[in-house]
Amino acid sequence: MPVDILMPALSPTMEEGKLSKWLKKEGDKVTSGDVLAEIETDKATMEVEAVDEGTIGKIVVPEGTDNVKVNSVIAVLLGEGESADTASAPKAASDAPKAEEAPKQDAAETQSATVPAAPKTEVAADPDIPAGTEMVSTTVREALRDAMAEEMRRDPNVFIMGEEVAEYQGAYKITQGLLDEFGPRRVVDTPITEHGFAGVGVGAAMTGLRPIVEFMTFNFAMQAIDQIINSAAKTLYMSGGQMGAPMVFRGPSGAAARVAAQHSQCYAAWYSHIPGLKVVMPYTAADAKGLLKAAIRDPNPVIFLENEILYGHSFDVPKLDDFVLPIGKARIHKKGTDVTLVSFGIGMNYTVKAAEELSKLGIDAEIIDLRTIRPMDIPTVIESVKKTGRCVTIEEGYPQSSVGTEIATRVMQQAFDYLDAPVLTIAGKDVPMPYAANLEKLALPSVKEIIDAVKAVTYTA
Amino acid sequence: MATRAKKSPARTAQTSAVKAPKPIQFTKEQELEAYRQMLLIRRFEEKAGQLYGMGFIGGFCHLYIGQEAVVTGMQMSLREGDQVITGYRDHGHMLACGMSARGVMAELTGRRGGLSKGKGGSMHMFSKEKHFYGGHGIVGAQVSLGTGLAFANHYRNNGNVSLAYFGDGAANQGQVYESFNMASLWKLPVIYIIENNRYAMGTAVSRASAETDFSKRGISFNIPGIQVDGMDVRAVNAAGEEAAAWARSGKGPMILEMQTYRYRGHSMSDPAKYRSKDEVQKMRSDHDPIEQVKARLIGNGWSSEDDLKKIDKDVRDIVADAADFAQSDPEPDPSELYTDILL
Repeated sequence: MPVDILMPALSPTMEEGKLSKWLKKEGDKVTSGDVLAEIETDKATMEVEAVDEGTIGKIVVPEGTDNVKVNSVIAVLLGEGESADTASAPKAASDAPKAEEAPKQDAAETQSATVPAAPKTEVAADPDIPAGTEMVSTTVREALRDAMAEEMRRDPNVFIMGEEVAEYQGAYKITQGLLDEFGPRRVVDTPITEHGFAGVGVGAAMTGLRPIVEFMTFNFAMQAIDQIINSAAKTLYMSGGQMGAPMVFRGPSGAAARVAAQHSQCYAAWYSHIPGLKVVMPYTAADAKGLLKAAIRDPNPVIFLENEILYGHSFDVPKLDDFVLPIGKARIHKKGTDVTLVSFGIGMNYTVKAAEELSKLGIDAEIIDLRTIRPMDIPTVIESVKKTGRCVTIEEGYPQSSVGTEIATRVMQQAFDYLDAPVLTIAGKDVPMPYAANLEKLALPSVKEIIDAVKAVTYTA
Repeated sequence: MATRAKKSPARTAQTSAVKAPKPIQFTKEQELEAYRQMLLIRRFEEKAGQLYGMGFIGGFCHLYIGQEAVVTGMQMSLREGDQVITGYRDHGHMLACGMSARGVMAELTGRRGGLSKGKGGSMHMFSKEKHFYGGHGIVGAQVSLGTGLAFANHYRNNGNVSLAYFGDGAANQGQVYESFNMASLWKLPVIYIIENNRYAMGTAVSRASAETDFSKRGISFNIPGIQVDGMDVRAVNAAGEEAAAWARSGKGPMILEMQTYRYRGHSMSDPAKYRSKDEVQKMRSDHDPIEQVKARLIGNGWSSEDDLKKIDKDVRDIVADAADFAQSDPEPDPSELYTDILL
């Protein structure tokens, strides 16, 4: 059957071009790969190559023709024993429908197709802790270690890799004792090579292993952020669900003490921007344990943001064989009626102290610890705001596009009629972290700022 | 008075001095397999170029025409369970891995029958079943990921090797060397295949690389390297066999620099003005990987022109069927927008 040779598009945006030169003439034999013609686009001169074998039966568009539309017939190719007569009569009419078959971008844009609604996910509540369960005072550091050790005992596919995680027992001693129990095959010291070992971890996870990749701090993970976002977070989608990266990236995030700009940065808002990631940032030791266990079992990539200052803080942890908490569920840290304070991670430190001060002023604050930044448990926040009519968010990260601004937006959209005051957002100051002790203190949120904000939204200033 | 420092001992280049193995003679069956496989890739890519020209394929489309011998020869040296990962010029790798022409082509046209349900496109396709781990659009990322595949094989002690393909351009990315270091340190079973097609997009190797012998890029990590005639499928296969045996025996990674050539531009929208037409024409007429096999098949009396025409027709039928499917298969259902983000 004669084959129509069409004017090709040579870039995603090309609509027409000039057929500047024919390199073959009617009657010439051509094979795949032969250059047939040259066409000029707005950007360049390009060659049109033959895809099929045959003889040029008819040249429909002569050389030198301007504004030849993409997908119009420029020549007809004949197979063996075919003649130009039977072939040609190149029916301009039949070209049009052919061109229409190709999906056209502008058509799609004007159709205003209905965007399907984002699916709602139900997250289970925290498990009940049986009455009489012994509570053990545990540091966040120990809780994280216990979580990893329990999950490594449970699943031989779980391993940990990172700088100084094995022989040194962890730069912040989070992996203390793991090398002794699990050996160097499963507790892997890496060279100082964040981009590389993050990629190695993602590759291993794509085969079904369950890596825990420890960053000595998340500041160094910026060298690896391409692998975290472009490889770990997107592979499940790009593979149509065939494979993903069931793994945990964990380590301290945010300011420690006097380590200045390059080592003091909260990554909660950064990673919360990315579909395909879960982002967890616990405050208490019990949450650290239960959520890290959940993160290791989760079939998705989970960013687990810890805090160097909180590592040494002690909290009660229930003594249970298998204490796992749901990712994506906020925890009401303290019930209250007058104002909703929403925080997470180290931000809770300021918030808890502020609430104590506020109660002395007769203001009963409800504290919500988000625990998970993505997926964010907005329903719990909304329920609280419907009760209190007021909301203040607290975090250490930068103010623009922060977790707090996200909460404020959602509260404004979903509980506007319940608000008695604007949502106020308390964040770190909009500056690189200074080194000087006094300046560092000024750059971070303070209990006083929270109290002032609560007074403002409750009109008790 | 300054004393002259002792002359440092001559650097031993023991690890890099691996000689390229001699191309082994293929049997008739091997020649036919290589011919058919390379022809499939070429015809598929030509069709993809055509469909791009017709607007059925959007975005970027990087064709593998000219480089067919590399994946074909390497794949012939693998065993079941070995993994493959590459960059964005990936259609040939997928076909060589045995992924269906329909699935690849329908992904190129963004249809629901595509290997990624239409959500990945030309640069992002995967197959768990065929052990193909993508299809990666970020230059060099696949090298660390491929090292991770080898880490997993080492962890599981399953005897499999992984093949991490990348180009001469990607060979200058930092994470490539981070990966080399870990792979050699931990003796991971990975073969790094540098497809040196002489141009990183439009930049000639000599304009981008201080050391243009890519087989030497592993010297400071004690990774042996071999320069291979990447236009001769037998030479590729021989090097692949050697590297696979090396990696499988616990000796760690090996680098294979495949000296190859891409006939087409970097992507469909590349006018390729950075090289002469003569250069391209000379490679096509003197070194074409498919023509080399064809000449041997006929020269040895193993196949007649008619026999090869029959293979040609079979391949054309596969490609035509894939193209028809890729044009008629529906686009993904809108409900797919929100699937496969999280499990």
